[in-house]
Amino acid sequence: MAMRLNDEEQGILAGECGPVPQRALRHQMLVGEFFHAEDFVPVTQAHIMADTESLGDAGVSWLEQLVADSGGRRQVRIPTITDPRGTDFSKAERLGQTAAMLTLERRTIDAFVKLGVVMTDTCINYQTIQAPTRGEHVAFGDTGVVIYSNSICGARSNFEGGPSALSAGITGRTPRYGFHLESNRRATLHIRARFTPQSLNDWGALGGVIGRLAGNYWSVPVIEGIEGSPGSDQLKHFGAAMASFGSIALFHIAGVTPECAKAGDVAPANLPSHDVTRADVDALQDSYRVGDSADNVDVVVFSAPQLSLYELRELAALCDGLRFTIPMLAVTSPQVKPDADRMGYTATIEAAGGMVLSGMCFYQSYAREIAEARGWKRLATNSAKLVNILGGYGYQPMLGSMSGCVQAAVTGKLA
Amino acid sequence: MSAPGSQAPILPSMIVPPVVFHARHAMGRKVRGVALVAHDGFSARYDLDRIAGTFSRPSHKLAGLSYVGRVLVLDTAKGGVASAWMLHEMHSRGMSPLAIVFNSVNPILAQGAALGDLPMLAGFDVDITAAIPHGAEVEVDPETRAITVLARSAPR
Repeated sequence: MAMRLNDEEQGILAGECGPVPQRALRHQMLVGEFFHAEDFVPVTQAHIMADTESLGDAGVSWLEQLVADSGGRRQVRIPTITDPRGTDFSKAERLGQTAAMLTLERRTIDAFVKLGVVMTDTCINYQTIQAPTRGEHVAFGDTGVVIYSNSICGARSNFEGGPSALSAGITGRTPRYGFHLESNRRATLHIRARFTPQSLNDWGALGGVIGRLAGNYWSVPVIEGIEGSPGSDQLKHFGAAMASFGSIALFHIAGVTPECAKAGDVAPANLPSHDVTRADVDALQDSYRVGDSADNVDVVVFSAPQLSLYELRELAALCDGLRFTIPMLAVTSPQVKPDADRMGYTATIEAAGGMVLSGMCFYQSYAREIAEARGWKRLATNSAKLVNILGGYGYQPMLGSMSGCVQAAVTGKLA
Repeated sequence: MSAPGSQAPILPSMIVPPVVFHARHAMGRKVRGVALVAHDGFSARYDLDRIAGTFSRPSHKLAGLSYVGRVLVLDTAKGGVASAWMLHEMHSRGMSPLAIVFNSVNPILAQGAALGDLPMLAGFDVDITAAIPHGAEVEVDPETRAITVLARSAPR
């Protein structure tokens, strides 16, 4: 089915704005027609996932070709920002990253800057840059950003991979399908939570359990039974894990999220329903404890999503006065890092032997190559999203509490 | 949208080639090849060793198998947005699947297929992973939104 184009879009497609917007719109039309989108919807912000491990030389060359295309407009026309990069240049050597990796990063940054992209390098832009508002149509990459923006902020976004998010930045629109349509925002399954987590790893594990139950992108869980008002960091880990385990882009929590004062606001009668208990959450976490891996931790990582200032504050308090025997990495955004430095959190963590990294995310930073270069295999973290990802990278990841992981950095054992 | 609806119990053992299944979503050019089939998810970041061209997640049902030049018939797209770039990067090295066929796709895989010139079908009235025999010779024709089982096993 061909998409309906307005006069401006027909002009872009005809090349009136130059080859870069024309190519971007063509790409968007391929995707839109695949999903039977009837037309485009204007978007106000775009967020691009573009770490160089994913792009490879082919992706970077593709970006450079956009820059090299002459004639017309080649810069983004709406605020367009970036997800974490593949390195923290100041600590790349300690990570075991190679000169070739850094060269690819520099080429990418150079191309993005020439395209007018703002290098924020963050996956917590809803905490640090500008949260979208209810009903705002955006084109966000990073599944954690999308699920938080859709669910907690009430914004409208699909998962936009790097090429599509950049295209949206260039054209200022995206195909109207998926979660831009009200009809797709209704719940498709009901979850009765018999357990309200407190710790971030438990929130992540609960998100992972629900993500597995929901199972695919078009599923929208509505959750009842959550007590109190979860905080932003708790919902950050909850959503990021749900998106990671289940490819979920939107959830509702009765009495918490903006489109769902009560379940009936989003849920038709007789939805399939599941109870989720403390035992389910524990079982997911226990499933990552294989053999004696917890007794031989190689590295501790706090990342995915990047840590907020409050998380770093808590982490610093736990690290105060300790001496680590194995590497411990904490990853945050370039917006949070200066504040963490200013408040003394970075110094406290690094005095214990940890490393605070900025503008990257562990799994987006050549995790496989880092593992080989540094001999890391058994990894402890409090991020459910990270344990879900790293199995495919050759790690034995384990999920624990923040305090448990800090102790593991001292003892080499995850209690 | 693309999730399978009421899935009729078609089993690979019931297939007498040629048999055609139609999808609701399609993209790309016509290809013919050997099907790797599993009722499992797909993420280029989570599941693959993209250098070796194999499924690397230990728990994946196709773990250890090469996906290069194969028609992947899988349940659903999983995981993060990186697959959009990764399909393009794999294609540039000649290390990509021949096509991907899903019960349910997410936008990322469709966006990646658009950039990476990868034929794709999604959304069937049957569970396509139960309908296509593993190792079958199949034809994927996005123009007609069809996957055809040509032979229950590929010619040696």
